[in-house]
Amino acid sequence: MHEYSLVQSLVGRVEALALERKATAVHRLVVSVGELAGLDPELFQTAYDTFRTGTICERTAMELRRVPARWACPGCGREIARGEILTCAACGLPAKLSAGADEILLETVEMEVP
Amino acid sequence: MCTTCGCGDSSLVPVDVHEKILAGNDRVATHNRQHFAAAGVLALNVMGSPGAGKTALLEATAKATGGRWRLGAVSGDLATDNDARRLEKAGIPSRAITTGQGCHLDAQLVHDALHAFAWKDLDVFFIENVGNLVCPAVYDLGQAANVVALSVTEGEDKPLKYPVMFKGADLVLLTKCDLLPHLDVDVEQILDGLRRVMPRPEVIQVSARTGQGMDAWVRWLEARRAGLPRGRGTAVHVHTHEHPHVHAHAHEHRHADGTVHSHPHGHEHAHGHLHAPGSEEDHGHGGADHAHATGSGHEHGH
Repeated sequence: MHEYSLVQSLVGRVEALALERKATAVHRLVVSVGELAGLDPELFQTAYDTFRTGTICERTAMELRRVPARWACPGCGREIARGEILTCAACGLPAKLSAGADEILLETVEMEVP
Repeated sequence: MCTTCGCGDSSLVPVDVHEKILAGNDRVATHNRQHFAAAGVLALNVMGSPGAGKTALLEATAKATGGRWRLGAVSGDLATDNDARRLEKAGIPSRAITTGQGCHLDAQLVHDALHAFAWKDLDVFFIENVGNLVCPAVYDLGQAANVVALSVTEGEDKPLKYPVMFKGADLVLLTKCDLLPHLDVDVEQILDGLRRVMPRPEVIQVSARTGQGMDAWVRWLEARRAGLPRGRGTAVHVHTHEHPHVHAHAHEHRHADGTVHSHPHGHEHAHGHLHAPGSEEDHGHGGADHAHATGSGHEHGH
């Protein structure tokens, strides 16, 4: 249930950005959620819809982009399929996770500035 | 301002941010980490399900180290300070962080707890997180390493069910191993699951009750402590500028079954200047018999 605290961080950040640019309204947010970021996208959306009331994001649509997790060998580049052992069978190297797959990023804020 | 016709209407501007939502937490975590490093304190984030045996493990650690180290702890708990009181009894000065409805600790809660606690003279500082296999994994607290307690009674599929928690673990302590004779639990299946969610699986089988595996756990702690910056108190505050730094060094492991794995610990990270050689990339290979999930009992040939 940390989705609510993440929404608070998100809205706080958007408020700061809007203040910086003296925005009169925020129209749209784009947030990317990695598959292994530890966040349930549906729950996050629900939390956002609940918590944005009374904030600068009250009428702001949030677009969630899901970033799939892919593991690969950093040596030979062989992709390691979902559920497989995370060590390259050929090189013995620990697998490396694809970029963004364990992150929650605020990508874009679309705001109205005077 | 509308620049097309000069009508004075406001215009829509897309601002590219590309920033972690938890950037604020991460900043406080970095601050905590710098304080721990400057004081030479090994800070560990101890996570696991409710009832996995986190508190018992810390009590057993106090017993196993027998006063050689100054231990301290903060314990995250929803409603009580039972854990902190138990730890105090075991000789570990402790503070409870009561989170109310909060399902995890964050860097600010830990930072605030430090203000009311004599942590600077400690050798090992345990941050006992709220019992939960989901939320705590998302928040950096400034710890040197993540230790996840997983009890043998929780079911073999827990690593696969909670991949985010185990992916971030530097060490998994398989707890309550004294119960194995009484359970239909296949330990090999747990280890297999961990190999599928942890790129660098490291596991020690322990029992707080019998003391099994505590020696290997203490050696893991020793190795981690050895990687800390030397000269407690002499280090001043960390430089704020960062520089990219690429490490690539290989550890060759010879397993009991004869297979040899090379583990090049390739890291790319930016960090401040208080970094002693081996402090972050040292995965505790100082101990001789801690078991990687790839097999029990193997020699390290570095």
